[in-house]
Amino acid sequence: MTTPKVISREATSSELDADYKWGFTIDIGSDLAPKGLSEDIVRLISAKKEEPEWMLEWRLKAYRHWEKLKFQAPKWANVKYPPIDYQDIYYYAAPKSNAPKSLDEVDPEVLEAFEKLGIPLQERERLAGVAIDAVLDSVSVATTYQGMLEKHGVIFCSMSDAVKNHPDLVKKYLGSVVPYSDNFYATLNSAVFSDGSFAYIPKGVRCPIELMTYFRINQADSGQFERTLIVCEEGAYVSYLEGCTAPARKTHQLHAAVVELVALDDSEIKYSTLQNWFPGDKDGNGGVYNFVTKRGKAAKNAKISWTQVETGSAITWKYPSCILQGDNSVGEFYSIAITNNCQQADTGTKMIHLGKNTSSKIISKGISAGRADQTYRGLVRMSAKADGARNFTQCDSLLIGDQCGAHTVPYIESKNKGAIVEHEATTSTISEDQMFYLRQRGIPPEDAIALVVNGFCREVLQQLPMEFAVEAQKLVGISLEGSVG
Amino acid sequence: MPNNSSHLPFVGAFDAARPGLPGAGLSWLKDFRETGIERFNALGLPSSKIEAWKYTRLKPLEDTDFQPVTDDDGMAALDTVPSLLPNPGGRPRLVFVNGRMRPNFWIEGDLPDGVHLDCLRDVLTRNPDWAEAHLGAIAGDEAMPLMQLNKAMMDTGFVLRVDDGVEIEQPIEVVFIGGLTDRPVAYFPRNLIKLGKNAKATVVKHHFGQGVGAYFANAVTEIDIGEGATFNHYTVQAESRDATHLSTTHVRVAKDATYESFNLAVGGRLSRNEVSVRLEGEGGHCGLNGAYLMRGREHCDNTTVIEHLAPHTSSREVFKGVLNDESRGVFQGRIVVHKNAQKTDGHQLCKTLLLNTGAEIDAKPELEIYADDVKCSHGATTGQMDETALFYLRSRGVPEALARNLLVQSFLGEALEEIKQDDIRQALTDKVVHWLPAACFLSEEWRDA
Repeated sequence: MTTPKVISREATSSELDADYKWGFTIDIGSDLAPKGLSEDIVRLISAKKEEPEWMLEWRLKAYRHWEKLKFQAPKWANVKYPPIDYQDIYYYAAPKSNAPKSLDEVDPEVLEAFEKLGIPLQERERLAGVAIDAVLDSVSVATTYQGMLEKHGVIFCSMSDAVKNHPDLVKKYLGSVVPYSDNFYATLNSAVFSDGSFAYIPKGVRCPIELMTYFRINQADSGQFERTLIVCEEGAYVSYLEGCTAPARKTHQLHAAVVELVALDDSEIKYSTLQNWFPGDKDGNGGVYNFVTKRGKAAKNAKISWTQVETGSAITWKYPSCILQGDNSVGEFYSIAITNNCQQADTGTKMIHLGKNTSSKIISKGISAGRADQTYRGLVRMSAKADGARNFTQCDSLLIGDQCGAHTVPYIESKNKGAIVEHEATTSTISEDQMFYLRQRGIPPEDAIALVVNGFCREVLQQLPMEFAVEAQKLVGISLEGSVG
Repeated sequence: MPNNSSHLPFVGAFDAARPGLPGAGLSWLKDFRETGIERFNALGLPSSKIEAWKYTRLKPLEDTDFQPVTDDDGMAALDTVPSLLPNPGGRPRLVFVNGRMRPNFWIEGDLPDGVHLDCLRDVLTRNPDWAEAHLGAIAGDEAMPLMQLNKAMMDTGFVLRVDDGVEIEQPIEVVFIGGLTDRPVAYFPRNLIKLGKNAKATVVKHHFGQGVGAYFANAVTEIDIGEGATFNHYTVQAESRDATHLSTTHVRVAKDATYESFNLAVGGRLSRNEVSVRLEGEGGHCGLNGAYLMRGREHCDNTTVIEHLAPHTSSREVFKGVLNDESRGVFQGRIVVHKNAQKTDGHQLCKTLLLNTGAEIDAKPELEIYADDVKCSHGATTGQMDETALFYLRSRGVPEALARNLLVQSFLGEALEEIKQDDIRQALTDKVVHWLPAACFLSEEWRDA
């Protein structure tokens, strides 16, 4: 079986920053809207995408709400960065050529870009068995396997195509989990989102292959605001993968995405992320600000499982959450977050238990090295109606070096005596004994650390689809390079 | 100058109350109080927008017009003062009624040389220089509105000084009685405790309410524990149903010193126990424990911060809560390990038992760690009584009500066991038993077996 080289060590190394292997840029010529955000820009984005009136109205509603929020970006997270000038960002950047009808028409330079990343867009990679939607800057450039998926009734396409071709579905579910007024970044995203992926799995269908979206920011000073919506009808199942990289640039790039999952009765959605946005250089110059809102709503007997490996971004602000609305629904959150050098991450999850006998499990592994700061922030809420609900949370932190920080901030709110919540957290370092044992056997220090860290993360790595797991393990090792002196 | 038109409680009453407050003639204290009221006026009452007050709203202060107590309130009729500990005779004891010390209930006890126990008012009169040097030395947080309010209005409290090397085995009992007035009153105790090198002392504070009047207590306690010293600090908060009890304690622990505390809360409409411990010297240790039992619509908040500032410090924290009816419990516990505090050992546990749907617990156990060679952990659970354990007891003929009581007691046992002194642990356990609903015991022997 060929492994899709999602994040591959062999990918071309960057001239800008040798440590970040995905830092190249490609000169493909972009169609840029002027910098800054205004009602006109929102109209322009909508017009460029030939959107129907209702879509524009929704965007404008969001924009007007955002105007009201203008200077109220959330400040509670444990991350520090200079204020963002929202008027100094490109809100729309697209590869110049017209929308391709098939893969053959895709701009060769774009294809080359994805080739460099090891993304198998070409048919020859058919055996890889993953349907991919590739999003460059703000626009989906290619989606593979659509024909095969159609036979099963599965819709997998870019968000703009979905707005055009499946307006009823989009209208019904867009904003149903993350409303446009949800939070500052989600509101911004609702106003200016330019693309993303849309997946719809009809009743009773088990999606035959894994769906994947590959995101890349290419244009300098641009923001990426994609929006993903996955709808699983009754009894359906889908496994969805997401990977991200960006060129190494000296300035910061903003990424404010929204992901909505709708799991109807008896369905299951498994969502895996390998986030490897450019983390900035050793001194904290450049890097992506990753401010993402991800949330799923689970109906009766449904299951939503989030798995994330977060190694990139200068700043991560991300809390994939589950609203366990239906009785017996299940939410899971498995996370590995690695911060090195000057990276900062404030990440975790929210499990909102509303239905009876709902259960959730949170396993979070945080590794902090260099001068990085990392916070696990999680909420488990048991509503008064959640009889028999159950939660188990474990969050462990590993510190490498005496300049970094690791913090744990769980919120536990229970209003139901029949609900059981268990939380445990530990913080420790790689012990001298462990290092001595491995080094004694001739294992170099860097490999020894990678080994210990992989063991520390094992519970989460096991949750990843196989193809992803191999890459993730490598990524864990690479992310920590240079963390031992 | 404070803005007297402010809508904030007490700000308007400040000028009128000032001449009656202790140490009125001291100019440094005048400035001290004025900065307090100005800060309070600027900060306002804590709102739920402040992270540390996310789960607790000071509603009683919004809907009740509390007035500072007068000397008359302090002279309220009172026959006897029950002691928390057995054999009150021979034990040093201080009694405050509505915030005024009542010398007639004072028991001198056997205070050894080198132990000085006074009320704040006396220290301000007899030893103002000492007071100037120590007031606000440990509790100086500019950002805490209630501490600023206490700074301005402090009108009572006690001062305990233990000289270097002096150990006092007998627990010192301090009793605060509230509620004996027919108008809503407020008082602001400020307690200072200073232990010299290698000193040792135990203080048992007992707050309780009599009568039905609403009252408001906003206490600040500053504790300075010298090198190698040990301070045991036990508090029982059994305020009346209409009482609002806010207590802020700041502790400084020096090298090789130990601070052990236990806070039992069984009353009060609204209570908040806020503790901040700074482990400043190597080998410092703190044990911060507590239990709370709430019913009706009572609200109890335990907010603690333990800061490890030096290497080889350790802390242990166990809090247990039992919530019935529509009561609400809040636990916010933070352990901070600073950069150079390597080899820190910190453990925290918070468990809550919900006896009724309608009761609510909000827990936020936090770790904030900036040093790598540490061992820190926390655990938190919430849930109901173990039905299988209940079944086990009932299948052996234990009546249900009793079985439930036993299970609550055993649940709290893990926290109460942290109390090292037997008589104090027994006294607190009795308080717990007293709180539990009446249940028929099989026999006294069975109970003790």
